[in-house]
Order: sequence, then structure tokens, then C-alpha cells
Amino acid sequence: MTQTHHREAWSSRLGVIMAVAGSAVGLGNFLRFPGLAAQYGSGAFMIAYFISLLLIGFPICWVEWTLGRYGGQKGFHSSPGIFSVLLRHPAGKYIGVLGVIIPVIIYTYYVYIEAWCLGYAFYFFTGKLSLGSDVAAYSEFWSNFVGANRDGMTLEGGQNQVVIFLAIVFSLNFYLIYRGLSKGIELFCKYAMPVLVILAFITLARVLTLGTPDASKPDQNLLNGLGFMWNPGDVSKQLSNPQLWLAAAGQIFFSLSVGFGVIITYASYLTNRDDVVLSGISASSTNEFCEVALGGMITVPAAFVFLGSAGIVGQGTFGLGFNVLPLVFSKLPYPWFFGGIFFFLLFLAAVTSSLSMLQPGIAFLEEGLGLKRRQSVTLLGMITAIGCLFVVYNSKDLKALDTLDFWVGTFLIFILATILIILFGWGIGVEKGWTEAHKGAEIRIPSFFKPIIKYVSPLYLLIIFSLFILFNVFGWDPSTGAFQPSSYISDLVGETPNAAARLSVLFIVIVAAFFMVLIGTAGKRWDNAKNGANLPDNQDSETES
Amino acid sequence: MTTGGWIIMVLSVGGVTSLFSWALYRVLSYRPQPEKLHGFNIDTHDTDEG
Repeated sequence: MTQTHHREAWSSRLGVIMAVAGSAVGLGNFLRFPGLAAQYGSGAFMIAYFISLLLIGFPICWVEWTLGRYGGQKGFHSSPGIFSVLLRHPAGKYIGVLGVIIPVIIYTYYVYIEAWCLGYAFYFFTGKLSLGSDVAAYSEFWSNFVGANRDGMTLEGGQNQVVIFLAIVFSLNFYLIYRGLSKGIELFCKYAMPVLVILAFITLARVLTLGTPDASKPDQNLLNGLGFMWNPGDVSKQLSNPQLWLAAAGQIFFSLSVGFGVIITYASYLTNRDDVVLSGISASSTNEFCEVALGGMITVPAAFVFLGSAGIVGQGTFGLGFNVLPLVFSKLPYPWFFGGIFFFLLFLAAVTSSLSMLQPGIAFLEEGLGLKRRQSVTLLGMITAIGCLFVVYNSKDLKALDTLDFWVGTFLIFILATILIILFGWGIGVEKGWTEAHKGAEIRIPSFFKPIIKYVSPLYLLIIFSLFILFNVFGWDPSTGAFQPSSYISDLVGETPNAAARLSVLFIVIVAAFFMVLIGTAGKRWDNAKNGANLPDNQDSETES
Repeated sequence: MTTGGWIIMVLSVGGVTSLFSWALYRVLSYRPQPEKLHGFNIDTHDTDEG
């Protein structure tokens, strides 16, 4: 791995791949993907899933790696800085705000879910999560734990100790980010990712040897569990369902961490002699392996074997992960061990992802405002702590978390990814972009990806985005043609608006405005540096120590 | 588990596992070429004839 003139750099090639893969591998791999595949009939879903991987997953991944490295070679590591180079227009840096606020805001609620995982691992290892064979008991435990019954519940003390776990994971994240790119993120991911895969293999081995645990229910066996996950339904009919395509494309998006502003920042620490093509495909394939080969084989089959299809259908990601699976593990021999390692696995997956959400903000504060590491970590820590407390306090029905996830973790990601792919294919030009991508490359991108990147990916993204707006925002029912705005709209402007939802959107606006102001200041600083002195190299501060 | 289910599972799991294995092999087997440093060619004229 070649070093740039900045001290902040990756120390090894495997390290950067593990860091990007760690960013991508998260709760969605083990909880969201299996739930969606089973819900939509795996045959059709997998077809749409792999088509989406080919048409938007890999292309956007290469685009982000390439644009990030390109910006890094021009001296920028933050999304606003990189966009100012890419667009060559004063307004360019303001578009880059998306690459900062998306990861920062997602961090504010993701770290809360991370705390749940650590808490569940702890409670399993200490034997406190053996609540019998009724899923309602686990559901009640979870509601109390996360404060889903009323606002402010988790801050009242008593039995709800999620705040303690939150303080631990919050501190861990900022400790690692303070240590810097190579000594913090890279070092942690190099150990955490292999451990995560080993834990997943142990869990997988246990699931694949379940057989028929309850002789009185012979239908609930492993083969039928795998069948529930993988048996195709009426493929052609299911493929005509636009919601299926939306779900598959959305899963590819969130799973690969494309459009988050993370990869573009990570790749900016590479040089032209470093490969981005093989690295990009390696990180993506690691994520796909964890998602399809591990997540797809563990969660749903295990839940089916103990609960049957009735126990799985209708469960969302959290229901499956924090209500159904704890019950499943409690029925296994050594529940403390298998439950503990599974939730510790989820915790590791979450930490490697949340770490990546902090680096774009740190990179911007350091290169935009000239802050030292200690200052940037403190400022970002304060911003994210305020957001996190907001999410934790507004815990009733997890409304704040859900609202932020919808508008930032879904809506804005679509927008940023669309901007990036159009910028690469049409702004820079696919030929120049192609040349840029292959600098230092060890493998070549198959040439059929050229028209895909230029025409198919943007079109596919725009179609999926339109479907998303149509179905998930305006609530269009294709069978009747009627529109019934989703709760994300009615919570804001309906007859009975929800205060937490409104405050969540206000929070997004305030954070965006705050960073816009900072970007304006950063722009002046960059202009001054361009016109006179060199750019102050505060972004190279690995740590002050 | 139907035959279709087996086919989809094997293709999906096998496909991503193969891709992951190939990528991992390529990354781990990569040996960077040592960087060639080109110095100045100083012409000492000691090979000139006459």
C-alpha cells in the first residue's frame, strides 16, 4: 500500500478491504435480507436481487471507489471537498453535504441498535434471557429494553439498562475513531471481521444440525426450514410485483453501503498505484457471502424449525431479530452460548458499520475547518450524542428511529447514489472515469459495464426511486389506483401529526443547515489555500498523541 | 424443500461463495512489484571511441 503525502492512510490492502466490507456487513445481512427473501418468495427475490447487484450494486461500488480515490489525489477526503473537485463549481461542495449528513444521522440511531445487540449478548451470556417458550415474553422484554412503550422510558433507570450499553458502544466507537484510520478502524476491522465470520460459521453449524428438534411436530424440521427460505413460488407472477423489485434493489443498496458517503471517504486515502477494482469487488463479495451464504442459511431456517411459518410471517427486522431469534436460541441446548455468540456477532457487525459512519464527518471537520483530531472527535461526538439522545428519548414505537431511517437511511441514500452514478457516467464521462478506475487495477472491469454504468444504472435507479416515492411515500395501490399517503407523510402533515416524527425531520434539517454553514466556511478556507498558501494539512492528523 | 428450492439455494450460496473465494484468493496472492527507481544516466564518455 503506497502512502500519500498525508499521514492518514491505510496501512495494508487487506485492511482497507476489511474496513469497507465491515462497513457493509451489518444487521441487514443477518436479519433484513433473510426476512425479505422469505417474504417475497426466494426464487423471484433472488433473481431481482442478483440483477440489482449487477446493475446497481457493483457499478455504484466501483464508481464510489474511483471517485473517492480521485478526490483524494486532489487533496480531499471529505465528501464536500471531493464534490468540489468533481463538479468544479462553487455549489459542488454543498451537494457533498449529503455524504456527511447521511452517515452522521444514521449513526445517531444505528449506535442505539448496536447497544441492543451488545445488551442481548450480555443477557444471554449471563443467562438472563431465558424467558420461556412464549414469544410474547421476549417481545415484552424487548419493548421494555428499548423503551418502545413510551417516550423517555429508557432514561428513567430501573430495569432498562440499555443506556449503559449505549454509553459503552458510543465510547468504543469514538475511542476507535480517535485512534485514526489505520490504528483504529483498520485494526479493529482486521480482527473483528474474521471473528464475525467464525461466529457465523459456528451458528450455521448449529442450525444445520438441528434436524427435527420436536418429534411431535415433524413438519418443523431443518429441510422444511430451508425450503421456507429458498423454495420458489410462482416466479413469473412474483417478478411482476414492483414491490419485490423495490425490496431487492433497496436491500442491495443498504447492504453494500453504497450511497452512504462512506466508501467515497475510505477510498480517498488510496493513491493511483492502489487498486480499486479488485478491492471493490472483494469488499462487495465479502458482504454478499455474509448475507446470502451465512445470513440466508441461519436466521429463517432456525426460526422455522422451532416456530413454524406462523412464527416468522409478518415479523419485521426487529421482530425477527429481537423477539423470534432469542426464543429460538432459548430452545437450543446451551442457549447462553449460541444466543450470546449470535448477538455478539451482530454487535461486531454493527460496530464495523457504525465506525465507518463517523469517518466522513471526521474527515470533513479536519480538512474543512482545520480541526485537530481531538477537536473534531469532540465536536462530532457532541453532535451525534445530541442526535442519539433525541432518538433514545423519543422511543415510543421507535418513531424517531424509524423516521430518521426512512428519510435519511433510505430517501437521501437513493439521491446521493443517483448523483454519483450520473456524475461518473455523464459528468466526468464514462471513458475518463473508466481510465481513472483502472489506474493501478489488478483486474479489469468487464467492458459491458460501460453501457451499464452510463445508461442502465441511472435509469434503473430512477425507476426504483420513482417506485419508492409512489409506493412508500404516496402509498399508491396499483390494484385500485388510489393514493393513501404513508405514515411517513401523514405523521408530518396529516390530521394527527406525530410530534416525534416532526421533530426528527426538523433534526435532519438543522443538521443539514449546520453542516451547510460549515461547508461555506470550509469553502472559503479552501479558496484561500488555492489562491495563496498550501492547504493546511490538519487532515493528516492521525492522532495527536 | 423442493427441487427448485435446492437449485436456488445452491446457485445463490454457491455463486456468492465462489465470487468471495476468488476475490480473497486474488487479494491474498497478490505480491506487489518492487518499485523501479530510475536514476540519472551519467554519460562518462568512457566507451567513446577515438
